Amino acid sequence: MATGTNAHETGTVLSARVDARARGGKVADAMPYLPANSTPFPPPGVAASTLTWAETVADGNYTHKVIARGTRVRLEDVTGEACAHIVIYNAVAPWERLNVADTVKIPWQAYLGTGHPLLSGDGRVLATIVADDSRSHDALCGTSTAKANQARYGDAAPEGPSPSGRELFILAAAKHGLTPRDLPPSISFFKGVRVEPDGGLTFTGSAGPGKSVELLAELPLIMLIANVPHPADPRPRYTCGPLRVHAWKSRPTTEGDKRWDATPEALRCYLNTAGYAAARGIA
Amino acid sequence: MTIVTDAAGQTPDCAQDLAIVLDPARYADGTVLDLAGPLADGAVVLDVIVPARAPWSAVVTKGDVVTIVDVGGNQSGDCLLYNAHDTGERYSVPDTITWDGNVYVRTGTILRSNDGNPLATVIANEIDRQDTIGGACGKESNTLRYGYHTASEHGCRENFLGEASKYGMGARDIVSNLNWFMNVPIEADGALGIVDGISAPGKRVAFRAEMDVLVLISNCPQMNNPCNGFNPTPLRVIVTAGV
Repeated sequence: MATGTNAHETGTVLSARVDARARGGKVADAMPYLPANSTPFPPPGVAASTLTWAETVADGNYTHKVIARGTRVRLEDVTGEACAHIVIYNAVAPWERLNVADTVKIPWQAYLGTGHPLLSGDGRVLATIVADDSRSHDALCGTSTAKANQARYGDAAPEGPSPSGRELFILAAAKHGLTPRDLPPSISFFKGVRVEPDGGLTFTGSAGPGKSVELLAELPLIMLIANVPHPADPRPRYTCGPLRVHAWKSRPTTEGDKRWDATPEALRCYLNTAGYAAARGIA
Repeated sequence: MTIVTDAAGQTPDCAQDLAIVLDPARYADGTVLDLAGPLADGAVVLDVIVPARAPWSAVVTKGDVVTIVDVGGNQSGDCLLYNAHDTGERYSVPDTITWDGNVYVRTGTILRSNDGNPLATVIANEIDRQDTIGGACGKESNTLRYGYHTASEHGCRENFLGEASKYGMGARDIVSNLNWFMNVPIEADGALGIVDGISAPGKRVAFRAEMDVLVLISNCPQMNNPCNGFNPTPLRVIVTAGV
């Protein structure tokens, strides 16, 4: 029998089942869309039948997916307030994971943009940034911690009003058998940071609503995404907006693509990656 | 046997014959070796020479100070720190630079963990700035940077993996690191790279442990960029008790 202000009839198994099933068709602002081709927000120019992932991630929340080599992932900052913190792993050997130092050092470039490879520490490219109309991203500052969010917002718990990126990554990683030890420094999209001549960091913020970035999986990946404020965002309020994620079947970078041999380092990145995939039988 | 001492008459420990390790003739022409000494007062707890190309590690007690001496000048000392009691908590480049608001490490920089906690504080530094953006070299990444002909060369990642294995750690425990005495400017358009060093023989940096920390050092063996002047030389590590 219902008690107090509880309006639900859940006193028996049968009534509880009716109550639970009545929720199934509801719609939330943030939710996954299944099948993926049922998304209300299909990316322009993409055949719906090729979609493998469609989701809106709430601010202060996270998502994760195992995706095939050759998958193209589109992240969209709907309101201009999203900040997509990303960690990626080789799904078939997850001790190979994003290495931010190699990601900025090997292309000789600290700022992320179209064509930038996201490298592991194993001399391979896990994903390539293949489209970007935001150009406000960051590979230096990582994500927020419980300690930082507790100090800035007064709360950092995943179930609270201002979760930290690291706490959300810990949960997302655990769902793939990975522990906090497996969380390397992350990168983030849609909030920019620039380095001053003396090394000082300047937060340059958002490029505005509706901007998107596309990542091409060059290996099978575990992708973790935490949508939380950038750790250098100076605003005193926990400010974040919804993140839209769509992914579809495409193909990995191959010889003949401009980026394959755009630089000597890029050529060897792709050669190493393609060689690994071929040897492993996942080309 | 030749006894090697610094100007204060101290003889560091070394896993190899010190007279050989500190023989300038083993290094590039014109190499000057300066052993200097600790940057902090306090009883010497530990004093070692890390030979060129070699790894080293030790647990340093909270409050103690680690002085690293760039004995031969412009020798990158790649370095990782871990909470000695829970190595899941370890040095974090992004937490260090975000809390500090600056990408370069200088006197006063707090070296933070992936939970944002202070692992150590830089208390003295004899060069303009230290690097924590450039990461570590390794066999695999060398192939990207310099070509497949480098594949048989040893790297810092290999030093870190071997040294970490002594503590039950593996590939997932090796994260982006500090590079003492390495120079990595970031230019206005984001261009960055390892360029000629700004250190010299006998230059030092010192950090105080803010908790019991496991320190891993790779004395960088890279032969394809100026992180060690194309001339790998020894480092000296001196731990002094907190005063």
